[in-house]
Amino acid sequence: MYAQLVKSEGSKTREEMTPQEIAFQERIDRGERIEPKEWMPEGYRKTLIRQMGQHAHSEIVGQLPEGNWITRAPTLDRKAILLAKVQDEAGHGLYLYSAAETLGISRDELLEQLHNGKMKYSSIFNYPTLTWADIGAVGWLVDGAAIMNQVPLQRTSYGPYARAMVRICKEESFHQRQGYDIMMKMASGTAEQKAMAQDALNRFWYPALMMFGPSDKDSVHSAQSMAWKIKINTNDELRQKFVDQTVPQAKYLGLTVPDENLKWNEEKGGHDFSEPDWNEFFAVIAGNGPCNEERLGARVKAWDDGAWFRDGLMAHAEKAATRRHAAE
Amino acid sequence: MGAAIEAVDRAAYADWLQRVGDNALILGHRVSEWCGHGPALEEDIALSNVALDLIGQCQLWLGLAAEVEGKGRSADDLAFLRDAGAFRNVLLVERPNGDFAQTLMRQFLFDAFHIELLRALGKSTDLRVAEIAAKAEKEVAYHLERSADLVIRLGDGSAESHARMEKALKSLWAYTGEMFLDDATDQALAEAGIAPLPSSLKSAWDETVTAVLAEATLAHPGQSWQHKGGKQGIHSEHLGFLLAEMQFLQRAYPGASW
Repeated sequence: MYAQLVKSEGSKTREEMTPQEIAFQERIDRGERIEPKEWMPEGYRKTLIRQMGQHAHSEIVGQLPEGNWITRAPTLDRKAILLAKVQDEAGHGLYLYSAAETLGISRDELLEQLHNGKMKYSSIFNYPTLTWADIGAVGWLVDGAAIMNQVPLQRTSYGPYARAMVRICKEESFHQRQGYDIMMKMASGTAEQKAMAQDALNRFWYPALMMFGPSDKDSVHSAQSMAWKIKINTNDELRQKFVDQTVPQAKYLGLTVPDENLKWNEEKGGHDFSEPDWNEFFAVIAGNGPCNEERLGARVKAWDDGAWFRDGLMAHAEKAATRRHAAE
Repeated sequence: MGAAIEAVDRAAYADWLQRVGDNALILGHRVSEWCGHGPALEEDIALSNVALDLIGQCQLWLGLAAEVEGKGRSADDLAFLRDAGAFRNVLLVERPNGDFAQTLMRQFLFDAFHIELLRALGKSTDLRVAEIAAKAEKEVAYHLERSADLVIRLGDGSAESHARMEKALKSLWAYTGEMFLDDATDQALAEAGIAPLPSSLKSAWDETVTAVLAEATLAHPGQSWQHKGGKQGIHSEHLGFLLAEMQFLQRAYPGASW
């Protein structure tokens, strides 16, 4: 999940709502899509900007941990596939920024809020990719968790967001497959490769579980977002689904999920499993993860170093317009 | 095809194919270093496209090089298991990325050569070469369109973008001459009708570069000292570091399958 702890505005009871707000809620309840030019409560607009912005930021910051291995990919095929995947993430960022712009905020404004720390990106991208197996684990687990969240978001109430999700989901399933494919190669490779694969699973398992956000009982923003269909499932539902899907995949790889309490619970028809360390999660969100400084630093540097480039193009466009004007 | 192969020394042919393949590999690698760090999201995506095209092309060229060489090596073996002295790319493509102006100017100067080479290779007597060239030509036509357009816009942009582009041009110009030098390998390939003499591509390149620089309001550097050696395996210090990074996994875990 690329949006965590998104603060929701609003939370009005029906009695507190204006007739316009009631009509809006009824449209959502009927499953209608809200489109950019239509009236929407300010809280809905603001919450969506936060969520879509965080999602977009996660895509572009998410380029970095995997981009870290593009120049070290072990074969030409792997290099091309990884490059294509990381390029897709940039494309996802672009769709999502464009979708967010329909809510009346510019890409530059959103980026400024990322750079000054007002807006967040997913906690997962603050963990390092230390070996090639991590690239497999990121595709398998991180993209796997993202898909869990994004598939239902194709049905979200805001039209541009839902449509962006349809395109993104198609690409994400390719991403997850390429990750799992790397894991299969590693898990069936030399003893050293297998050890790298297990080590990657050990390090990424709990951070992947954290991607869904804290337990719903501690998640204050869920109810309003769910009423607006900005959020479709609860954090715990999605986390459970992810664990149930991933455990057999790990078994197939011959890898061990690093959780002594993991076991099948016949009664609930799902796995029992240990919670991640939420103190670690809040520390990472607060800026104290292993790579927060590098990740945000890299984005700020790219933006600052690129200022002359963007200004140069603007200057040329202005000159060209003046010349066209003079020629008329 | 068979006749073309017979007409040229196998080692010379494989060597020449590595020149073409290594140019694509090394430039593709350099461009891929930008992924996630570009000055705008659209640029990031476009650069990755260029890198992807070049890596795809290098797989075809190095695959053919391995086949012609006939020693049982693969394109991956050539990319990941040769040391710097066995690489045959021109010095221009191994120049460090520098700022975005440097990256862009390097791309333009190479694209303008690359397109002429591929056009000529489309008429190669070896159909395998002609086919790869035809596929690559479409991609490189786009690379050139994009790099030329940006050179013009940034050259004739702000005072700072102009200054940066001019600086990049000055620093890279001395690495352009090597692309057009003929040696014994080139002569052999040209005689067999497989490839053009590099010197024969110079006037078309000059024409493109002169026109684009003029529109970009950048001063043409004119005649100056030119470096050489890459095609014969004498590289700059930069290539060793690039390869140390690129080849790390294959070197650290020999024989593993990825």
